[in-house]
Amino acid sequence: MRPDPLHSAPEDATRLAQFEARVARGESIEPKDWMPERYRKQLIRMMSQHAHSEIVGMLPEGNWITRAPSLRRKLGLLAKVQDEAGHGLYIYCGTETLGVDRHELIGQLLAGTAKYSSIFNYPTLTWADIGAIGWLVDGAAIVNQTMLAKASYGPYKRAMIRICKEENFHKRQGYEIMMVLAGGTAAQHAMAQDALNRWWWPSIMMFGPHDAASSNSEELTRWGIKRKSNDELRQRFINLTVAQAQAIALTIPDPELRYNEETENWDFGEIDWDEFWRVVKGDGPCNRERLAARRKAHADGEWVRAAAVAHADKERVRLRESGAA
Amino acid sequence: MTNHDATDAAPPSSTDGEWPLWEVFITPGDGRPHEHAGSLHAVDAEHALENARDVYARRNEGIGIWVVPSSAITASTPEDVGSFFDPANDKVYRHPQFYKSPRGVKVF
Repeated sequence: MRPDPLHSAPEDATRLAQFEARVARGESIEPKDWMPERYRKQLIRMMSQHAHSEIVGMLPEGNWITRAPSLRRKLGLLAKVQDEAGHGLYIYCGTETLGVDRHELIGQLLAGTAKYSSIFNYPTLTWADIGAIGWLVDGAAIVNQTMLAKASYGPYKRAMIRICKEENFHKRQGYEIMMVLAGGTAAQHAMAQDALNRWWWPSIMMFGPHDAASSNSEELTRWGIKRKSNDELRQRFINLTVAQAQAIALTIPDPELRYNEETENWDFGEIDWDEFWRVVKGDGPCNRERLAARRKAHADGEWVRAAAVAHADKERVRLRESGAA
Repeated sequence: MTNHDATDAAPPSSTDGEWPLWEVFITPGDGRPHEHAGSLHAVDAEHALENARDVYARRNEGIGIWVVPSSAITASTPEDVGSFFDPANDKVYRHPQFYKSPRGVKVF
């Protein structure tokens, strides 16, 4: 099932032209098809970062499972966090079809050399943060992933279709948490507003730098991995979210936010790109904590992995012996 | 339920290495066929089945799962696609539209 990079034919102009024509016709590129080395590399980079984000994304929310305010909320949050683990697995397996081992990718994550979405380097200080994450972070992820569900690479596209179906519930459960808090006591409303204040800007940073500053965009678009630009996606998310905030009487913390009749978009203020790059480069509020938690979880799980292998070995011997008898 | 024959085909490596890769096929029931859902790593067939249920069928997606060691799958290659499927290209007489019937008569 996996392509062998050592035996891929030299990239020549004809093959590249054929490949680009296939992408332009909207055909799916599958693991064994010829693809430019850059396409493979860009996909491995993008998909592994996406998979890591799903895995690290469990940490800020997992933090609140034992403190969820009701059984209903706890069940919802548990199911959501379990989904994130599943999503990480789908995308790791999709990435493996490009000829890289999951083991190697996880090694990079644990070594701190891999990137993941910066949003997960912010802390979850109150229960309202769980609402804000579902509503805004999953909401932003859905906008991005709905586009990726049309990506040119088959395994990525198929993983995204599955993930989009599942994530609608994540957004709904988050928005419901915000709605209930915003409609509650003054203190609860304030808690919801505070969470929105802290999560709004990091959420709209999730779409990445402005198009002009996005070094990978041109190539990703030409090869049909991305079909919309960072700025287009960000605008779409903001247009969708403003009405949702208004409906539950919360205020988006941007004094420059106003509707533009001409473009039919919500204009917004400038993003603090210094903060964005600081967090990307490892200096966010929780970068070290997240990595330490992943390493601990991996080390603590070692006995489970060892037990699974020992059990499988024992079963194999038992079967062989019962077969021989 | 577990097909133990498959276990021998995919010996697990040590915990340092990666567990064998399995392909997962799920049928939603209603007489529909098993369809490829994705892949996963597991130490043996039983473990692969349980993981497949947890990873690919958390929302009643299926009433049946097959797991197959990826190494046991033989696939056609994209390079040969032309010559491999060529025999089917020029046999229009395998399609009902090839045959004439009297005007106005419903054959089906």
